[in-house]
Amino acid sequence: MKTATPSITFPTTPPLSVIDLALLHQLQEGLPLCSRPYAVLAETLGCSEALLAERLDFLQQDNQVRRSGLIIRHRPLGFKANAMVVWNLPDASLQALAEQLAAEACVTLCYERPRRLPDWPYNLFTMIHGRNEVQVREQLKQIIERFALQHIPHELLFSVHCYKQRGGRYLHNDYAPMGPVYNHQNVICSISEMAVNG
Amino acid sequence: MELNEQQRLLLNQFQQKLPASTTPYADMADACGMTEDTVLAQLAVWKEQGVLSRVGGVLNHRRVGASTLAALAVPDALCDEVAQQVSEYLQVNHNYKRTHRYNIWFVVTGRDDAEIDHVLVDIEQRTGYTPLNLPMLQPFHLNLGFAL
Repeated sequence: MKTATPSITFPTTPPLSVIDLALLHQLQEGLPLCSRPYAVLAETLGCSEALLAERLDFLQQDNQVRRSGLIIRHRPLGFKANAMVVWNLPDASLQALAEQLAAEACVTLCYERPRRLPDWPYNLFTMIHGRNEVQVREQLKQIIERFALQHIPHELLFSVHCYKQRGGRYLHNDYAPMGPVYNHQNVICSISEMAVNG
Repeated sequence: MELNEQQRLLLNQFQQKLPASTTPYADMADACGMTEDTVLAQLAVWKEQGVLSRVGGVLNHRRVGASTLAALAVPDALCDEVAQQVSEYLQVNHNYKRTHRYNIWFVVTGRDDAEIDHVLVDIEQRTGYTPLNLPMLQPFHLNLGFAL
């Protein structure tokens, strides 16, 4: 027989507390580079540094934070070319093929996205990084041969210019939904030289 | 960029999970046979060089907030001008020119879908071009950590 339900039950995903929201905001802005990076935030919030470290651990286990630590820009490390390769996969085989493609070392992102017919027939997006465009094309060729994808319509979209790149800001300072916000002062282009298609 | 063994360890070991302590840099140092001061100095150098975007986290936008990938097909002569307008939105965090008829590709992030839709409608009204809205339906690989 079932035991009595506890009088207080928690939903599987509790609403984010003020502390979690502030911590998430700090994580997307970056922690300070100092011995005790949680100290200032803890003082602002009136909680302990240890609680913040524990909450980060929880948020990552709970998959609200996908990964944490050093967020690296690959381009200065020599990975100068990136191609978005888009595929029009039959719906029935998307799952299996996407899992195979995602397991390739040179494939750094692999997402299913909706087709938008007639303008956009592609339903799978893969990002292939390489040291240059020749290497990216060679890796793609090998993938196509290995998985026999010759008959699958696909296109390569090389990035030729970066207009703006910064970490995702899902949360804004006021933690409230916002309308469009223009920021004329702060249009950053951190990368000016890109591998140009040839 | 040339990396020595300790630097390689530091880069490779800490792209997935920050040590769960109040002194994460000291923990990184212990794991790499470095001192905390050396780790902090190295991270500051990488930050300065642009290799390190930040020490922080990548949020799961399906749990926290919302995002979409969008594209515009703009005549090449107008590409820079329209892209500049797109970049002006606080909600746009990535914006690239790519080799395709759809030549402006950008990511819109926000607290929820309504905020994103609002931005896309505003972009259409300001630029006169209709964004292709391509939200992620399913991730197969969400790891942009690099083995070096």
